[in-house]
Amino acid sequence: MDNIKNGNKIANFDVAKIRKDFPVLGQKIYGKPLVYFDNAATTQKPKAVIDITNKLYSEDNSNVHRGIHYLSSQITKMYESAREKARSYLNARHTREIIFTSGVTASINLVAYSFGEAYIKEDDEIIVSEMEHHSNIVPWQMLCKRKGAKLRIIPFNEKGELLLDEYRKLINLKTKLVAVTHVSNSLGTINPIKEITAIAREKEIPVLIDGAQGIQHGEVDVQDIDCDFYAFSGHKIYGPAGIGILYGKERWLSEIPPYQGGGDMIDRVTFEHTTYDDLPFKFEAGTPNYIGAIGLGAALDYLTDVGLDNIKNYEKKLLDYGAEKLLSLDGLKLYGTAENKTCLFSFLLDNIYPYDAGMFLDKAGIAVRTGHHCTQPLWARYQTEGSVRASLAFYNLPEEIDCLCEALKEIKKMFV
Amino acid sequence: MTIKKTQEQIIDEFKLFGGEMEKYNYLIKIGRGLPVIDSQYKTENNLIKGCQVKTWYYSDFKDGKIFYAIDSVSLVIRGFIALLIRIFSGQRPADVQKADLFFIKEIRLEENFSPLRANSLFKLTDRIKTDAAFYLSKQNNG
Repeated sequence: MDNIKNGNKIANFDVAKIRKDFPVLGQKIYGKPLVYFDNAATTQKPKAVIDITNKLYSEDNSNVHRGIHYLSSQITKMYESAREKARSYLNARHTREIIFTSGVTASINLVAYSFGEAYIKEDDEIIVSEMEHHSNIVPWQMLCKRKGAKLRIIPFNEKGELLLDEYRKLINLKTKLVAVTHVSNSLGTINPIKEITAIAREKEIPVLIDGAQGIQHGEVDVQDIDCDFYAFSGHKIYGPAGIGILYGKERWLSEIPPYQGGGDMIDRVTFEHTTYDDLPFKFEAGTPNYIGAIGLGAALDYLTDVGLDNIKNYEKKLLDYGAEKLLSLDGLKLYGTAENKTCLFSFLLDNIYPYDAGMFLDKAGIAVRTGHHCTQPLWARYQTEGSVRASLAFYNLPEEIDCLCEALKEIKKMFV
Repeated sequence: MTIKKTQEQIIDEFKLFGGEMEKYNYLIKIGRGLPVIDSQYKTENNLIKGCQVKTWYYSDFKDGKIFYAIDSVSLVIRGFIALLIRIFSGQRPADVQKADLFFIKEIRLEENFSPLRANSLFKLTDRIKTDAAFYLSKQNNG
């Protein structure tokens, strides 16, 4: 699989050439070249994704499945081919393990509901971490409330690394599921998900990995990780918005009940009883976002062509360069200094409120995100309310990091 | 001074600035000068809800006039608050309720008052008006 995913079609990583694949990057904001550092919120789309989306609506549109006409069977083939691309990308065993959802939030809610209905009862425990996005906290909290179960929390250290010894202590006979993020969206920490899974596996506890911030930065092999569920969103991996994947081991997906009922997920319906379709369709009620799914498939193809190792290596260079440059700024405090992290800089500059800094970075054409980034418990750990977050992708440039630093120096002059 | 006159005065002052950044520098300056409100008003209840920028709002009605205690963690927002307090504090509820906030457009910083912004200014001006309507009905019924 390494050879396929790291494709060799672009032997040398040429960022200038890559940038030309992303039309949005060429524009100016307030007369200044756009510096797009908000990739953890959403990534930009390559022409391959934009073009296929346009083509599908212009030439191929029809509803998938059950159609007896040409267009329907063609687009069904493309839709199922996208499922196969996602399977291959994750190295899942079978396409029965690949469910199309609207994104990570929907994927996690699906598991929280369906797994929760099947297996969670009063006094059971679900483990999450202190660095989770709200979308990997709230669905479990809702489940706990419904069932009278409890959430247990893995803490992290000052650098933003999960404390695995504490995690081990949390596991007991009542633990029914572990749900942990692959990469922290606020700190960039890459969590040791293989180790986290192995620890849970010792007690036969299933593990869900929130891959929203992990999938776009390197290879993910669900068989190697051995996790039970892995969720990611299309729009964070250079694909369309409104589409996502839930990978689930077939054993679980077969056992747990469907989350939503409707068309496309049934075998036979009478007023007395309904039997459900086989996997994966059992979890795809209603007309799916087939255009988004095919667009996602195109994004995965694109990344495979670029080469996941190329992406990983280049982003690491950006991370090292950016960390050195930002830390050289007087008064800048960086949050998230884990040994293993993605190219994401979460920081505060002196006592300048993140919103104020973000507003003036915007005036300089630099798109960042400010605030708590949907991780309020994480910021409570640091006794602050949020940060300025610059999250980079493989189309960003070292020169753009220089722009950020220069803009921050100017902002500092205004405020301090 | 009337609400209209104060706004005209602010517009004249902003005409002296060479560009957008000078305007923001001025807002930061007056934001820094805005008195910090008493901690008794910085309650969860007085927070403007649903905003990225923590902003506390409290109003008081005395001798037929409204007075405000407003504070924010953002210096830029504090600058705008200083302007809003200058315009509205000590005014009668009927005048506040019917006031047209034309200065926002004239000083060309209206993007900050857009409901699409993650700050609190849109909700703040809305709250000022709602409160004025409340005090007015209280006054008329009392």
